[in-house]
Amino acid sequence: MMASSYNAKEEDGHITVSGPGTLKSKKPDNTAFKQQRLPAWQPILTAGTVLPAFFVIGLLFIPIGIGLYVTSNNIKEFEIDYTGTDPSSPCYNCSVNFSWNSSRPCSCSLPFTLEQPFESNVFVYYGLSNFYQNHRRYVKSRDDSQLNGNVDSLKSPSKECEPYAHSDNKPIAPCGAIANSMFNDTLELFFMDPNGTRIQIPLTKRGIAWWTDKHVKFRNPGGDSANLTSVFQGTSKPVNWHRPVSELDSDPENNGFVNEDFIVWMRTAALPTFRKLYRIVQKKSHLVPTLPSGNYTLEVVYNYPVRSFDGRKRMILSTISWMGGKNPFLGLAYITVGAVCFFLGVVLLVIHHKYGSRNNSADIPN
Amino acid sequence: MDFSVLRNLISRYCVGEENWLDSRTVYIGQKEPPPGAAAYIPQRYPDNRIVSSKYTFWNFIPKNLFEQFRRIANFYFLVIFLVQLIIDTPTSPVTSGLPLFFVITVTAIKQGYEDWLRHKADCSINECPVDVVQQGKAARTQSHKLRVGDVVVVKEDETFPCDLVLLSSSREDGTCYVTTASLDGESSHKTYYAVPDTKAFRTDREVESLHATIECEQPQPDLYKFVGRINVYKDTEEPVARPLGSENLLLRGATLKNTHHIYAVAIYTGMETKMALNYQSKSQKRSAVEKSMNAFLIVYLCILISKAVINTVLKYAWQWSPDRDEPWYNHRTENERQRPVVIRAFTDFLAFMVLFNYIIPVSMYVTVEMQKFLGSYFITWDEEMFDEELGEGAQVNTSDLNEELGQVEYVFTDKTGTLTENNMEFIECCVDGNVYVPHAICNGQILSAASSIDMIDSSPGGYRREHEDLFFRALCLCHTVQVKEEETVDGIKRGFHQGRPTSFYISSSPDEVALVEGMKRLGYTYLRLKDNYMEILNKDDEIERFELLHVLNFDSVRRRMSVIVKSSSGEYLLFCKGADSSIFPRVVSGKVEQVKARVEQNAVEGLRTLCVAFRRLSPDDYQEACLLLTQAKLALQDREQRLAQAYDAIERDFVLLGATAVEDRLQEKAADTIESLHKAGMKVWVLTGDKMETAAATCYASKLFRRSTQILELTKKRTEEQSLHDVMFELSRTVLRQRSMSGLSVDCLDYGLIIDGATLTAVLKSGPEGNYREVFLEVSRNCSAVLCCRMAPLQKAQIVKLIKASKEHPITLAIGDGANDVSMILEAHVGI
Repeated sequence: MMASSYNAKEEDGHITVSGPGTLKSKKPDNTAFKQQRLPAWQPILTAGTVLPAFFVIGLLFIPIGIGLYVTSNNIKEFEIDYTGTDPSSPCYNCSVNFSWNSSRPCSCSLPFTLEQPFESNVFVYYGLSNFYQNHRRYVKSRDDSQLNGNVDSLKSPSKECEPYAHSDNKPIAPCGAIANSMFNDTLELFFMDPNGTRIQIPLTKRGIAWWTDKHVKFRNPGGDSANLTSVFQGTSKPVNWHRPVSELDSDPENNGFVNEDFIVWMRTAALPTFRKLYRIVQKKSHLVPTLPSGNYTLEVVYNYPVRSFDGRKRMILSTISWMGGKNPFLGLAYITVGAVCFFLGVVLLVIHHKYGSRNNSADIPN
Repeated sequence: MDFSVLRNLISRYCVGEENWLDSRTVYIGQKEPPPGAAAYIPQRYPDNRIVSSKYTFWNFIPKNLFEQFRRIANFYFLVIFLVQLIIDTPTSPVTSGLPLFFVITVTAIKQGYEDWLRHKADCSINECPVDVVQQGKAARTQSHKLRVGDVVVVKEDETFPCDLVLLSSSREDGTCYVTTASLDGESSHKTYYAVPDTKAFRTDREVESLHATIECEQPQPDLYKFVGRINVYKDTEEPVARPLGSENLLLRGATLKNTHHIYAVAIYTGMETKMALNYQSKSQKRSAVEKSMNAFLIVYLCILISKAVINTVLKYAWQWSPDRDEPWYNHRTENERQRPVVIRAFTDFLAFMVLFNYIIPVSMYVTVEMQKFLGSYFITWDEEMFDEELGEGAQVNTSDLNEELGQVEYVFTDKTGTLTENNMEFIECCVDGNVYVPHAICNGQILSAASSIDMIDSSPGGYRREHEDLFFRALCLCHTVQVKEEETVDGIKRGFHQGRPTSFYISSSPDEVALVEGMKRLGYTYLRLKDNYMEILNKDDEIERFELLHVLNFDSVRRRMSVIVKSSSGEYLLFCKGADSSIFPRVVSGKVEQVKARVEQNAVEGLRTLCVAFRRLSPDDYQEACLLLTQAKLALQDREQRLAQAYDAIERDFVLLGATAVEDRLQEKAADTIESLHKAGMKVWVLTGDKMETAAATCYASKLFRRSTQILELTKKRTEEQSLHDVMFELSRTVLRQRSMSGLSVDCLDYGLIIDGATLTAVLKSGPEGNYREVFLEVSRNCSAVLCCRMAPLQKAQIVKLIKASKEHPITLAIGDGANDVSMILEAHVGI
């Protein structure tokens, strides 16, 4: 292939005199690779292959979809909004009178009814709306090496934490906007026995964080045995926190940076409406449902302001199944795709049956 | 040659007028001319160092980086990388910096290696030994020390170290043979001539004594064009001025063949040689894929920018309320708050650019290059393209155009030498309607005239006899064939064979060889050209001598060549042979009708026909012609044009002698190839200068037209009967009707179109009554095969251009071998 009569020949600006000789097998190798004979599959889409494919997809996806949908529907879920935007809501006062400096916590209680008993372990979530944990400035605003127990980072937090890195000329621990805005409402559940007694439902606060987060990513400075108060000496609590990080929990296993509520919060949500695991109601026995149907009260210590950015706060109770939480979408998607494939298969079958025999070469149009 | 006229125009346009007008004076042997001549002005010329390398050790890094970042994509990624470095962006600069760095490094290493090879090649070329005549003897120097004006000795099979003007050769007639295969791909031997005044200087000492200057134009890249003048000073006489043309100029890169040694003077050296100039000014053929890739890049860049702008605007619209902008959980730092909004918006815009930059993938060029590279290897490895005879597979010179090959839709091919073997065989000749057919050669013995000539229509008579003699003599004389009396085969000299010299005819045109050999079989043997005398051995074994006065060379515009000879009886004769269309209009007497009929009959059989005519010149006529030619030849400017005018004035008032027919056999497997091209859906166009009938017959033979093909003719004959408009209209109607009728099934009928040069010119000239181009394109696009005959080289290029510019912008491929195909090849996307 010469590009033109003279530009190819003088590519190098000189003349190559190709002498005779060196006839030693310039013949190319007869290998599958060099002769481009490697096995290849080049499907030709004919009625014979397309129709069965459609039917198989249809018949496979519809049962899967139905199974997923039913499983998802069996999961019981209860959701209650306690933001208090409406004047009639019990938490209205708390939300209206909120101030950062109030030392006395504001409490409110919301009654609710569970129509159906919740079997097995029940998971308690808090949900926030219109909260942009995915904001770039927000997501970056943390110091992972500080959270991993690095003493140097404890004393001089990363620049990324600005403007939540220092207060009163002391480094903030934990620094950054994420830690600073940690959810700090307290939720408590009470079962209202028909006979009038108020039974508090025991909520487990351990085991809500990922194992890797708890044991690898988050570590207190100075090791496990050290006294947290002295370790965090010389640091300042995040501006919006009521207590320093060393006083998050009385349990030393669950205090400081390895506090599970804190760890859960530090894992930022991708969407502005999200829920995070708050507590677990452990199953008592096989005979009694964990949460029997009946009246309940949600006691809230209202610390977390959301009205300034039009946010909402919710409490969610949910059971889980083998496929996780409630998610009807996956099942519906399977059913839809399966149904569409099946329908197309039928349509194509009809077309093929009516017109397919007319022209043998119709399969491969020129 | 109108081809070179065209190129002149182009190069004149490119080089600029002042450069064109400028001429240089070269003093042969670096000697001052005798006093009294023009003042010796030493001029500065570059030395003969060839520099094809791009970089030196010092400028490699900056220059290579500069070259690489001139590519849009590379520059774009550099900008993205810098933006990432400077501003606070969502992604780390490493993500775009690392691949960019990798790509740049790999390319730089590759180019650096290539340049190193080029350095080595340059070095070996610049240091290769050259013999220069100094102080009366040949001294060996290195090539790069050669200066303009040096007299160089070149031995057989050596390459010329720079552009040289031939002074003398070891051959007595002052000619030498040269192959320019490495310059333009033509492997045939070409003859170059020395100026008669210098060809006697044949030893080192003699050459040293030569006093002469050469005036010539400044270097220009046209390989086939050279005008100059040599002034030879002899003792006390006035200097003799002789014209120099491209037939005196030996180009760098060409190789001396069949001549023991030559003396030549360096005219253009180093980077000023025509080869180097061509190397510099060559424009890279860019593949359509690359072009469209660049277009897509621009489109994507626009998309990217608009995306970033829209997102920035949306961002600011969204965070209009301070709750959204800075909710309590997500405050800005003090620094950021103080930054002006405009700067914030701009950095946001850049951040979005960085965020979306992956829509132009960094790996794109690498992937494409890789694919091309591998593709070229697969072509090399292909077993089916392996030639057993040569022991070579396909060779990929440039990987830039690989993908183009697969997309070729239109194949333009030359007929002679491409479809056909260009291996001519003399079939018959016809003198005034009498047909002569030579018998097959019987073991190389020349049979006696009586038995070898079959007289189909014999009507002896003095008049016929005379014409017959003239005809044969014309064919023997009117050519540029060289006789080579000894052939070196495998180093064994076979000077004599069966007691008589074995002579081989060498010519740039196989037609001529076929004709001369045919004549030999008819009893008229062309012996040699000796001291301007052409010797012919006639039927009666007598040697006739003709003095060769002028050769009016063949060119593809005139389509004829002539010689002016002086017979031994002192008669001035002008013999001319050429295509029938260029001879017939100039004929005043002779049996035109019979010859014409015969020519047409031959053409239908697919034979190449040539007509032969002569003119008797009176001494006055001759003097006049001589004057015209000499003037034209001496002209420094517009020489081509003036020569053409002179030729035109001389070649007229012919007496028609007869016609010849030569068979050009089809290339092996030409038919198969064309058929498979058809099957692959490619459209094959044959562009030829031959007669329509000849070309059509070849097309049938090569299965370009099948029996089922319906032929549409668009020729001069038809357009004379009807107006062009009607014909075009009718054609388009036929084709369109066929299309609407056939509907889905494609293979019902295919059309072949025949168009000739004259009609094409009319078509391309957009007339007042509508644009025929469109109609012609419409018609021709619906034809599977198109035959264009009687084409001038320029028209070939025009056709390719026309198709290229049509709506679908198809990829075109042009195949050709001769100089008349060059413009077509340059025009097409892929040239072979």
